[in-house]
Amino acid sequence: MLNYQPMQLEAPDEILTILSRDARTSPEKIAKMLGRTVEQVTAAIAEFERLGVIKHYKTIIDWEKTGVEKVIAFIDVKVHPAREVGFDKVAERIYRFPEVQSLWLVSGGYDLRVAVEGANIREVGRFVAEKLAPIEGVMATETHFLLRKYKEDQVVFVDNEEDTRLVVTP
Amino acid sequence: MSNDQSDKAPPLSKIARDLAPSGIRKFFDIAAKMTDVISLGVGEPDFITPWGIREAGIYSIEKGQTTYTSNYGLIELRQEISKHLDRKYGVKYSPESEILVTVGVSEGMDLAMRSIIDPGDQVLVPEPCYVSYRPCVSLAGGEPVGVATTSQDNFRVSVAQLEKKLTQKTKAVILGFPSNPTGATMPRQALQEIVNFADKHNLFIISDEIYDRLTYEGEHTCIASLNNAMQRTITLNGFSKSYAMTGWRIGYACAPPTVLTAMMKIHSYTALCAPINAQKAALEALKQAESAVEEMVMQYNQRRRLIVDGLNAIGLKCHLPSGAFYAFPSVEATGLSSEEFAERLLYEEHVAVVPGTAFGEGGDGHIRCSYATSIEKIEIALERMGRFVEKVAPNLISKAKANESVVQTQRAAK
Repeated sequence: MLNYQPMQLEAPDEILTILSRDARTSPEKIAKMLGRTVEQVTAAIAEFERLGVIKHYKTIIDWEKTGVEKVIAFIDVKVHPAREVGFDKVAERIYRFPEVQSLWLVSGGYDLRVAVEGANIREVGRFVAEKLAPIEGVMATETHFLLRKYKEDQVVFVDNEEDTRLVVTP
Repeated sequence: MSNDQSDKAPPLSKIARDLAPSGIRKFFDIAAKMTDVISLGVGEPDFITPWGIREAGIYSIEKGQTTYTSNYGLIELRQEISKHLDRKYGVKYSPESEILVTVGVSEGMDLAMRSIIDPGDQVLVPEPCYVSYRPCVSLAGGEPVGVATTSQDNFRVSVAQLEKKLTQKTKAVILGFPSNPTGATMPRQALQEIVNFADKHNLFIISDEIYDRLTYEGEHTCIASLNNAMQRTITLNGFSKSYAMTGWRIGYACAPPTVLTAMMKIHSYTALCAPINAQKAALEALKQAESAVEEMVMQYNQRRRLIVDGLNAIGLKCHLPSGAFYAFPSVEATGLSSEEFAERLLYEEHVAVVPGTAFGEGGDGHIRCSYATSIEKIEIALERMGRFVEKVAPNLISKAKANESVVQTQRAAK
């Protein structure tokens, strides 16, 4: 880290960096940004998709602005790991529910962290009480409702700082 | 009514009267009155200082650090600067006697000139270059001697060019690479030749390396690291560009003890010290901000390729600059002078650029386009500039398009 080398991040990794920030960046534009041909970029992206390096392209939406009501909850789950399969079997039973947006295995007092989306608090509450808690191996849950989104995947949701620079400077 | 009744006041000094106003001022005045201007005229990063650095500045204020520091600057900061230069370039400057924290490189340049120039001394200034070099020489009583570089040489300067302007009165050479406004960098060997030239004629070298980290092709050479360079070199650098810290006003000067003591003496009377909170923030920058620098460099590099590609596509011939954050395309093919081009572009398409003439000899026929702005804005600016070029020189773009396919073929071959 101390020994800085300029341009350590050479393409094709940089293609991934660009797409991770804006999946709609066209291959033509990426080619110009990285000094490569459109064909090279298109081929690299196809290869990333084939290998599953690029899993999926998604859009970050500020649902609050659309007026659509959504409730998001993060549920920490304590799990009694099963013999041989560890946490995987329980995880599988959880992520198959379409309500589950994301699921991670984490360190700390709890083992799994589940992100759940529902239309309202009641719906999410019912999911936890009736679907999640009864799963064999689930010992305890702790539910956190999301109150406000400030930043998601590098995108700031509150209003951003304006450019206060002078228009022309030396 | 204006308060200016200057005819009743005593006259200004000759030196102040003779000082040329900055060529940038005019464009600032026009652009500032317009709305929806896309500015490629800004000589500072569009990034905000990384949060960790800002936080260190805030913490320093919270702790009540509101005092002067040593004239030299905080010793912790000088130690960190010393380590940084050693680590990056293998240059060893003593934090006790060879490093001075300044109010930006601007002050450093002024101090350097005042410490080494006697009235009538000449200073070689390769141009186009940063707008303050000439005035700093003049303010110190010296005579700036422009050495024009050309786009054919990618705006690099050679010993042969310097030699032509050498006289008995030549005292120093100012080098500013990577260059504002051309984006040019100098290969190590060419710099060594300039050091040898300075050695032979016993000249000082003042090296403004503020853009060192923004080097995209090859590695930056710190001039002081070259053979025989240390004893005659004043290295100027700072935090403005690499760490997006322009408003904090922290730079530093490194020089042999005799020179540095002289600079510190002047600094102690004219600035006393750089602001303490900004020094604390700079310290944090050196310790913690490496990944932030790398991220910014990556983004500048992407924009660099994009803007140069775009400028060439609309018929404004532009070499790929290897450093800083400026493209310096030629506008000669449009038949307009750089001043006309910049002024009409601003009025007709609301894009601000700076005419090359603001940067001295060799700048005419070019404009400086800063890519320290978002890709979205660069794309809109290019679109507007394309429309403008189409209007003033209708055949230029189709000619450029024909060349474009050649470039693509060459790229594929690589």
